[in-house]
Amino acid sequence: MSQWILRGLRTGIKSTRYPEHAERAMGVSPGFPVATRRTEQEARALVALCPTRALAHAGEELAVDYRRCVHCYRCARADAPMSWADDFERSAVKPGGKALDGAFERSIHILVVDAGDCGACLNEVRQLNNPYYNMHRLGFFITPTPRQADVLLVVGPVTEQMRVALEKAYAGMPGPKCVMAVGACALSGGVFGPSFTAGSGVADVIPVDVEVPGNPPPPLAILHGLLVATGRK
Amino acid sequence: MAAAPVFHERILQCAKDKLAELCARLYADENCGFAGLIVEERGEEWELRYVFYQSDAPGWVHVVQRCPLPEAVFPSISVRVAPADWHEREAADLFGLKFTGHPYLGDFILHNDVWQENLCPMRKGFDATQPVRRREPDPDWKPRRIVHAPGAFVMPVGPVFSGITESAHFQLETVGEDVIRAFPRLFYNYRAVEKIAEGRSVDDVLLLAERFSATTAFAHALGFCQAAERILGIEAPPRARALRVLLAELERLRHHAGAIQEICESTGLAVAASQAAILEEELLRISAAFCGHRYLFGVAAVGGLTRDFADAACRDCVAQAEEAGRGLDRLERMLRTSSSFLDRLEEVGIVSHEDARRFSLAGPTARASGLVRDLRAIQPYSGYESFGFDVPREEEGDGYARLRVLFAEARQSLRIMAQAANASPRGAVRAARTNASGGAALGWVEAPRGAAFHWLRLGKDGSVERYRIVPPSFANWRGFHLAVEKFAFQDFPIMLASFALSACENDR
Repeated sequence: MSQWILRGLRTGIKSTRYPEHAERAMGVSPGFPVATRRTEQEARALVALCPTRALAHAGEELAVDYRRCVHCYRCARADAPMSWADDFERSAVKPGGKALDGAFERSIHILVVDAGDCGACLNEVRQLNNPYYNMHRLGFFITPTPRQADVLLVVGPVTEQMRVALEKAYAGMPGPKCVMAVGACALSGGVFGPSFTAGSGVADVIPVDVEVPGNPPPPLAILHGLLVATGRK
Repeated sequence: MAAAPVFHERILQCAKDKLAELCARLYADENCGFAGLIVEERGEEWELRYVFYQSDAPGWVHVVQRCPLPEAVFPSISVRVAPADWHEREAADLFGLKFTGHPYLGDFILHNDVWQENLCPMRKGFDATQPVRRREPDPDWKPRRIVHAPGAFVMPVGPVFSGITESAHFQLETVGEDVIRAFPRLFYNYRAVEKIAEGRSVDDVLLLAERFSATTAFAHALGFCQAAERILGIEAPPRARALRVLLAELERLRHHAGAIQEICESTGLAVAASQAAILEEELLRISAAFCGHRYLFGVAAVGGLTRDFADAACRDCVAQAEEAGRGLDRLERMLRTSSSFLDRLEEVGIVSHEDARRFSLAGPTARASGLVRDLRAIQPYSGYESFGFDVPREEEGDGYARLRVLFAEARQSLRIMAQAANASPRGAVRAARTNASGGAALGWVEAPRGAAFHWLRLGKDGSVERYRIVPPSFANWRGFHLAVEKFAFQDFPIMLASFALSACENDR
């Protein structure tokens, strides 16, 4: 057993210093396209490239709907490419939604529901427990039961076969409760929905409070979403 | 350089009454692997294609059955070709076909408590964009019970779990401390990828191929691209093929680090789980620093790759991955001397060689039971024939054997990556699109979890008419019950983790 204790000590502290300090390591985020002014012709060409209608333009003004972006990089590799930023702080309280009030903000329990995920969002949520992100240090914990949950973290477009389970999990949570929709699928159906079996996001089924865009959102983006959900960002 | 292999594709048409006999002969006597059953509704007739691959030399056998449309009854081959069982159940659920002699059809992909009977969503006449009426829940519904003994009961687990787990439901039949058997109920994540692909362009379906199982995104995207390239009559340039190998092995390495992390976590060895998690995160970062995305989205393209990589970047990527590989080696050495850890894995969830062979298990799980089938070696694609690598093999078929195979494969991946980075030829990374009209072809790839098959049919206008994915998890979930019989409750998470299964990859 002693070898593990030594190995643990020798590894040292790996945790990011986010949110107190910016995280500058390579590869922590896939980034996002950034809207800039273009000629109308360029803007139209970029909008036509987007498979999920995440881009729109009015004349020369481009707009990006981050909830729809699935990181296909088509606009980033166009002849007149979109500019790309490596930031990840794109979570926001949805209009009509509500972040948790300040009570118990350092003891927030999260129930994770996979409602038709492709595995990536879920894997990124899993990374929150790894030493690099270590969400416990910020007072976030995974809970096994809706009865103890403050935050319902949902990934996936909500498949028909998961809908009842999701509704039951939501109904089983005591108030005040906060629903976080994580990833492009959970926000807009992504590449899968809407269809007869996949919805166009969590908001079709239960009210969503915080939206975390990305396909998948990297762990830091989900961490940012949790801070938004507790009113700390 | 080894010469590129020539694939012989034998197409055998056979009468209905000879089908089971012929398939059994291929499967049992000729020792072929079963790739899958592909059902197509083509105009006025059904076309059922049973695909086998030779296990000793490059070559494929397609057994094709045709019959006019209104008739929908076919003989079942699953009594003698065990892995065909789930394929037939899927075809029964999604197309409404009947398979005579199959013991249990229905309530498989489409759960009976959600959908109306005879929905048949894969039929051409079904409109996938419209919502369908749900079935009223049946208040008297109870799970099927097999074990009838005093004190026996069914313990339901899932689909929402006490952790960060994919949706799946298990019915554990138990008489107290020990579980007699476990039935998985899957397809909660059924997104009908094969259906919504129909009518879309090849490039848009590539997005689906890449995203339906994103932890193995590049492998599936590659399988899809290879199918499309065969139809369009184009070949990825040599440089693209070498870089594809580099990316595919980077993904395998990262996947295996994640699988090892889950095994460590399932046994409760916290420091080891953290060490593996550090390596997985580092490999995710290496992936993103190399190509922009942590799960390698947006790199694969029909005809090659969407972008080139500088040689220095490739060498950097390999050097960093090798650093992570040294971490994995160190972790393996430490795990091998931790007796409390080994006690949890040894002789847990055993799959015998005969069973692995009978159910055509795939990937590391099969190789841990001594079934050495690796499409990279026996049906090489993307230039794998010119790389030197070994296919690891263990005999015991228990959790520990599966863990050792994962570690050994990670080492082989690094070996291949180094060769790919040092020997990638100069030139373009993307072949020009041709205007070739429709057709159909199979693409195959050894994904991190095992053999994956992508069948694609394009119409004359270039849009997708039929897309069939046979992921490795589909084969391995079918065999999962072999490992979970008569075990203690606390071993269940370990069995699940050591199988390295994915529900979303299986559910599609």
